[in-house]
Amino acid sequence: MTFNNDVKSILLAGVGGQGVLRASDIMCMVIMEAGLDVKKSEVHGMAQRGGCVTSHVRYGKKVYSPLAKPGGIDVLVAFEKMESLRYLNYLTDDATIIVNSEEIYPPAVNFGDAIYPDDAVSFLKNKFKLVKEIDATALARKAGNIKAANVVLLGAISNLMDVPISTWESVIKKSFPEKLVKLNLTAFQMGRDD
Amino acid sequence: MKELMSGNEAIARGLYEAGVRFAAAYPGTPSTEIIEEFSKYEGVYAEWSPNEKVAVEVAIGAALAGEKALAIMKHVGVNVAADPIFTVSYTGIEGALVIVTADDPSLHSSQNEQDNRNYAKFAKIPMLEPADAEEAKRFVKLAFEISEKYDTPVFLRTTTRVSHSKSVVPLEEPVPYEDKTKISFNAEKYVMVPAEARKRRIVVEKRTQNLKEFAESFSENKMEINDTENGIITAGMPYNYAKDVFPNFSYLKLGMVNPLPEKLIRDFAAKVKNIYVVEELDPYLEEQIKAMGIKVTGKEIFPFTNEFDPGIIQDAINGKDKQVCVSEKSVASRPPNLCPGCPHRGLFYTLNKLKVFVTGDIGCYTLAYMKPLNGVHSTICMGASIGMAHGMSKALKEKGKGKIVGVIGDSTFIHSGITPLLDMAYNKSNAVIVICDNSTTAMTGMQEHPGTGYTILGGETTQLNLEALVSALGIKNIRVVDPYDLKNTRKVIKEELAKDGTSVVISKRPCVLFKRAKLKPQPPLQVDSEKCTGCKACLGLGCPPISWKKVEKKEGSKREGVALIDDSLCNGCGLCLQVCKFNAIK
Repeated sequence: MTFNNDVKSILLAGVGGQGVLRASDIMCMVIMEAGLDVKKSEVHGMAQRGGCVTSHVRYGKKVYSPLAKPGGIDVLVAFEKMESLRYLNYLTDDATIIVNSEEIYPPAVNFGDAIYPDDAVSFLKNKFKLVKEIDATALARKAGNIKAANVVLLGAISNLMDVPISTWESVIKKSFPEKLVKLNLTAFQMGRDD
Repeated sequence: MKELMSGNEAIARGLYEAGVRFAAAYPGTPSTEIIEEFSKYEGVYAEWSPNEKVAVEVAIGAALAGEKALAIMKHVGVNVAADPIFTVSYTGIEGALVIVTADDPSLHSSQNEQDNRNYAKFAKIPMLEPADAEEAKRFVKLAFEISEKYDTPVFLRTTTRVSHSKSVVPLEEPVPYEDKTKISFNAEKYVMVPAEARKRRIVVEKRTQNLKEFAESFSENKMEINDTENGIITAGMPYNYAKDVFPNFSYLKLGMVNPLPEKLIRDFAAKVKNIYVVEELDPYLEEQIKAMGIKVTGKEIFPFTNEFDPGIIQDAINGKDKQVCVSEKSVASRPPNLCPGCPHRGLFYTLNKLKVFVTGDIGCYTLAYMKPLNGVHSTICMGASIGMAHGMSKALKEKGKGKIVGVIGDSTFIHSGITPLLDMAYNKSNAVIVICDNSTTAMTGMQEHPGTGYTILGGETTQLNLEALVSALGIKNIRVVDPYDLKNTRKVIKEELAKDGTSVVISKRPCVLFKRAKLKPQPPLQVDSEKCTGCKACLGLGCPPISWKKVEKKEGSKREGVALIDDSLCNGCGLCLQVCKFNAIK
């Protein structure tokens, strides 16, 4: 760790509409409830219209920057498969990567001008020791709604973070309207167990 | 009580805690959420004004009546509002006036990267610059205190990273609102005719001197002496980036960036050997510090463009040390795109087919400049589409006949399209203007405007009648089309291009994301892969659900691939149905 006072950095990366920002909000509230300092960055406005969406989450005893530096991300969570390849320069050499199996084609791929990589996960596995692929969208469908894929991914990340599961559950309960709480708790558990 | 808040949410909370109950704004990333959050607090008056100039004038009026008032805008909005801002600096106010400028280093969602700290110096207005959400809440309160004490408007500058990053903010008890409003006559102070303005001009210089004195002891201009070998002078978010990578350096963190505390800076320079000035965009602090005769390192090593991060500061000071892991895989870019079912798509598809030059404007529709729609050929600023279409057609004369179209959204038209359209009628222009009316301010996230018939506080109000307004400006040719109907849209625009004089076509259909319009998405469409010839005509719409996949060539068939529609994204708008010549979409 090159940062002062052991700050951990997580990068959530996906595509507009996948619930990246909601997921990073929940994650930050969990960290806050766990008694740590936390900062996060996100992108709004024009970039959100189907474009790349990223959120840096940084936590520790005292956090200054809401942005990690290149080479400083400890955990990458890719909400879309190809997006797992876009920010590799941000990762530490021993970063952990969680990749959702969902594929969303960008315009250039739709037109046939670019190829969607079919070996993203094996490429990552060759370069990094800890790479986990998870079909969050399929699990979310099983839980009751594909929109809960972001919460499935939170379940997967929760295994890497030293925060009691009860804190995650209490924040999830507060984050959704009552009729969606059960579904999201199921989605979270599915991501945690997968 | 602590809460996780964005800088924008924290500013709104700070206003509430400080007993401020009056704010006016025009939406613009990254500033939009400030007034949206503020408007949710009990007992406040908040408004979306038609543009930033009006917002500032409304806030000045309120401050003249004794209120504590706020005007909020993005950096380029200050350009629009600059006229009243430069003169309210002379008059001062009765209550208090704070202007938020939300700058956008890296142009995440803007047409330029201007550094609005320059406005503070230029307009002789003090400026505070918070570094995170906790400071944002505290600084907006301090801004009001300074405004009241020194009889001056005060700028609060954020950047995208301050506005849109979240951090832990302690909440405080709100100060109860105190109604100090009254009418007080003071023409010498508020009528800026030359004779009076000359006198106020002197007051402004005196005020600046007083503020300089204040800056020396201002609690948010903070010196931290650690390592006396190396030190950093900085302000705002770059402080956090620098602290992350150089925790042991000494720091002079300026909470107030105009005017600067010269004595404090000299004091810091006397204590620390090597001083770096770490600031995004312009060498604003650096030039002033160098003018004091103090030796510092700044833009010799730091970039002029884009926002910083801890890595940029580390590399600039230490030199690039380690080759970070770089992907060896090429990854297709993923630019933002018009949504599936977006009403703008049909309009720009048509304009592209008509091979006209389109002067564009600021809004979601700017995205239509990209392949394959290629439907926008210029974008400068809010409202420019109309003035530029007029200028082009006047310069081109006959060569431009039927070939120039200005396109502007409904909210942007209200913001600054009305006067140039009046100019077109008055000066007998010969271009077609399309107002794409999607009944909302879509790009910034569905804000109300005078054309929607609702206010930010939720109530219904008089709804602007666009057709009547355009007619009142003197435009004779006015047509309304539904951009989902490609055939008619093309026919109408072609007819208007053939006419003499100015025409206005209103392309009317609500944004697909607009909840109040209660648009039910139609069932998703499908491609009949038997009928599809793989001609790619539907791909010309650039609609996100439509893709094309190679198939094995069969004997006697020219077909190389087929189109596919992703049913999880399709809104069933039916444009591709109209474009397909082989009835392959159903």
